[in-house]
Amino acid sequence: MHLASGVDPHLADLSNKLIYSAMAVYLIAMFAHMFEWTFGSKGAVAVRSAEQANLAETVAAANEPAKAAKKVTVTVASASGGTTTLTRTALADAGATVVTSGRDEAEEIDGPGAAGTSEKGDLAGRIAVSLTVLGALLHAGAVLTRGLSVMRWPWGNMYEFSCAFGLTMVLAYLGLLAAKKKVRWLGLPVMVAVLLILGLAVSVLYTDSEQLVPALHSYWLAIHVSTATICGGAFYAAFVATLLFLGKDRYDQRIELGLTTGPFNTPASIWQRLPAAGSLDKLSYRINAMVFPLWTFTIIAGAIWAEAAWGKYWEWDPKETWSFITWVAYAAYLHARATAGWKGRKAAYLALLAFACWLFNFYGVNIFVTGKHSYAGVG
Amino acid sequence: MSDTRTRPPEDVTDAEAERLSSAPAESDSPTGIGVLGWFRWMWRQLTSMRVALVLLFMLSLAAIPGSLIPQNSQNSFKVETWKAAHKTVAPIYDKLQLFDVYSSVWFSAIYILLFVSLAGCIIPRTWQFVGVLRAKPPAAPRNLTRMPVYAAWHSDADAGAVNAAAYQRLKKRGFRAHLGTGAVAAEKGYLREVGNLLFHFSLFALLAGFAWASLGSGQGGKLVIEGQGYANTMTQLDDFTGSAFYTSEDLDAFGFKLDGFTARYQTTGDQIGTAREFTAHIRYWKGEDDTKLTKGDIQVNHPLEIGGSKVFLIGHGYAPVVTVKNAKGEIVYAGPTAFLPQDSNLTSTGVIKVNDYGEKDGRKTQLGFQGYFLPTAPDDFNKTGPISLFPADAKPMLVLTAWAGDLGTDSGLPQNVYQLNTQHLTQLKQDGDIARARLTPGQGWTLPDGYGTITFDGYQQWASFTVSHRPGNAVALLGAVCAILGLIGSLFVQRRRIWVRATPTADGRTLVEVAGLARSESAKIAEELADLAVDLQDDAPATEDDPPVPAAAEPEAAESDPTSPADPNSKE
Ligand code: HEM
Repeated sequence: MHLASGVDPHLADLSNKLIYSAMAVYLIAMFAHMFEWTFGSKGAVAVRSAEQANLAETVAAANEPAKAAKKVTVTVASASGGTTTLTRTALADAGATVVTSGRDEAEEIDGPGAAGTSEKGDLAGRIAVSLTVLGALLHAGAVLTRGLSVMRWPWGNMYEFSCAFGLTMVLAYLGLLAAKKKVRWLGLPVMVAVLLILGLAVSVLYTDSEQLVPALHSYWLAIHVSTATICGGAFYAAFVATLLFLGKDRYDQRIELGLTTGPFNTPASIWQRLPAAGSLDKLSYRINAMVFPLWTFTIIAGAIWAEAAWGKYWEWDPKETWSFITWVAYAAYLHARATAGWKGRKAAYLALLAFACWLFNFYGVNIFVTGKHSYAGVG
Repeated sequence: MSDTRTRPPEDVTDAEAERLSSAPAESDSPTGIGVLGWFRWMWRQLTSMRVALVLLFMLSLAAIPGSLIPQNSQNSFKVETWKAAHKTVAPIYDKLQLFDVYSSVWFSAIYILLFVSLAGCIIPRTWQFVGVLRAKPPAAPRNLTRMPVYAAWHSDADAGAVNAAAYQRLKKRGFRAHLGTGAVAAEKGYLREVGNLLFHFSLFALLAGFAWASLGSGQGGKLVIEGQGYANTMTQLDDFTGSAFYTSEDLDAFGFKLDGFTARYQTTGDQIGTAREFTAHIRYWKGEDDTKLTKGDIQVNHPLEIGGSKVFLIGHGYAPVVTVKNAKGEIVYAGPTAFLPQDSNLTSTGVIKVNDYGEKDGRKTQLGFQGYFLPTAPDDFNKTGPISLFPADAKPMLVLTAWAGDLGTDSGLPQNVYQLNTQHLTQLKQDGDIARARLTPGQGWTLPDGYGTITFDGYQQWASFTVSHRPGNAVALLGAVCAILGLIGSLFVQRRRIWVRATPTADGRTLVEVAGLARSESAKIAEELADLAVDLQDDAPATEDDPPVPAAAEPEAAESDPTSPADPNSKE
């Protein structure tokens, strides 16, 4: 890789300003999400009936006799023992319409989201998302100018890596929203996380924008570190989903026991508005399963880089060791779900453990353990 | 599956139809009697998922201590320091092989067991899967309503024609389909199983690659001063670790000369002194003929491959050049001596051993110098001691003390070239104090007591290299790539079955039933089935009346319900 020498101090300075601006905007977005949750707590009860009214409407529409209509009702046995049906109608002129209706009382229903049915809450949520977009733009600008200031990939030390990692997380969340997935309830945890990550980055991990040490002069830096960043963001998202699953699951259990609050006496309205436990569980599994091959690739890319730099693929350097531990932990999680048939809480605990390994690998190993991966630029 | 034996034969085929993975079934108690029975049971336990899971878990736990305790394989010096600081626990740790975790008996035991388990699991699975590929998709179960996804309607179309049409439609959708008597059986998504097997096999390829590498690799270190050369032989290497099939006899024939070394450092900001570029400029030859030289550069991250070995740039430093004259004024030592860096600003320490000093006062004498080389010396280091302020040579200085006597180099015992054995040496004194000189390039020092002079002529740079011969890389890499591909197939492909059965009913119409089975992580099968059914209604239009209601689950069906298999471990 060819590097232009020198640093453009104006761009580096701009990058720092942009990071602080992004943090400020994220902070306001976080407050907006808090308002969303607060307002939403009032209208939460009305949800189920509204949703069901909606369902009934569509079912009626689908049942309307139309010429040349083809209609199929598929009975689906769900894991919990109940059944649901899926009705598909193809009209001669229109496209296919799918209607899902919960016939079985036991079937889980996803909550309506943080805003509940409150219009004020919804407005707050929309404002929060707009602010998040603005924050992400500033944040992306910061990462970009940081890279431009030294004409290289902007993830050469832990500060830069943290900034990039925070950005991928926010972008992943916004991407899901753009794909019309109902994930606005993720907004608050994502804002809290990105503020923590950036806060730690600017306070503890900060270093000036500079050229790289020779050990990092490699195109593997771009490959290995960028995939590691993506994995980090995704593992984090799966972690949030897992935690919420555990909370929601406990809430369901408590409701069955006749209690009226969520775990740690949290208000029930929070949990009512979240997706069903099963949906959260599935979400965390999907994300973890999706990231695992990429994480595998990241480790292999790292090994190839290590060979180029030090002559050995694998030396059990602390960073390598913890990447391996993290990999095995996630492998155990996938294995448990695929073969041992662990679903629900047991698998969720495994996922939490695996994420803890990842966290330790990123922060713990860089800060507390010395090894060859001394790119951190801290301490 | 032992429990299938007690069922009627139709139930066996039904159970077959409901099995969507080649994962082996598990049994919980010893079967058969005697040693063989126990052995079989133990083998089955070892190759079970539960144990595989436990072993995986243990492997990650076992890897932890090695990341927290210094390891011999990485830094034996650090291990020694650690041992000295923890005198009480060190022997216990030693016994437990905690300084060599990754080659320890217990760590090896875990991964060997894991791989034995893997082999015991994967080989039968492969055979079974080959069997699946050669057989027709499992025939439709008698009672399709029991399948997880199900739809049915009445039609006036001919049953045989509907089945044939369904067969064609399934084929077009990429299913492996079979038109049996009165029903169609179809299956898709074999890539899941292929991927899964490929992934697990690749783990073996990875292991084989690493094993080959550790049996056939060798690695040596060499420090070369600018202007000097190196030939890849045992006598010239500073150190060498070989392996069973790559010993000091097998070293690849080549050599190189170090023409120069470029180092660049950050000169401003809070990362001042941090390295920005290291490049060793060399000319090398392959084989025995050292006259045909090729130019090459070696940088960190960019090793040079020369004739079966890779040469890596590992470190660099300074070698002060001195000339020593004895009491008679004869030159007894001249040239560069490598000093070893102690910190990131290249404060370097070293010794100069003058073996051939000759005689002084009628006695055979040797001289030893011990000191520091500072590339950028501070103006005044009375407070800081001899510390370099910057790694580049902005203000070079050589700080020396001198010893006279017997260096011990003639004893025949191996000697550390970077240390003085002061047992038979006396330190030279001046005015009652230790004689000490701070020299800038070109300066000389007249030694006390008429021992002669030493002149600091200048300095050169040196670079240290690792010469590594490592086979098996391609195998490991191939294994890694296959593992990822396999994993993607295994995680993202759904294996599923669809059955279609059109049967004439008593009232002269046709009952069309479609049913599907997939693993429970995905709801897609319902949609796929609905799509197919909607398409199939082109061939078998539904009659106006209500679709037939699925028969209520028969009481005895509960126990063999596909969504709760009798055997919890073979959960689909
Ligand atoms: C070297 C250690 C092993 C690792 C890292 C590993 C990793 C994995 C991973 C990540 C999966 C998930 C892929 C999927 O969901 O399909 C998986 C699935 C599986 N593994 Fe392993 N595994 C190992 C050893 C074993 C052993 C010893 C066995 C047999 C006892 C085994 C049998 C299976 C089976 C049957 C599946 C699921 C197949 C299916 O989904 O149909 N694995 N493994």
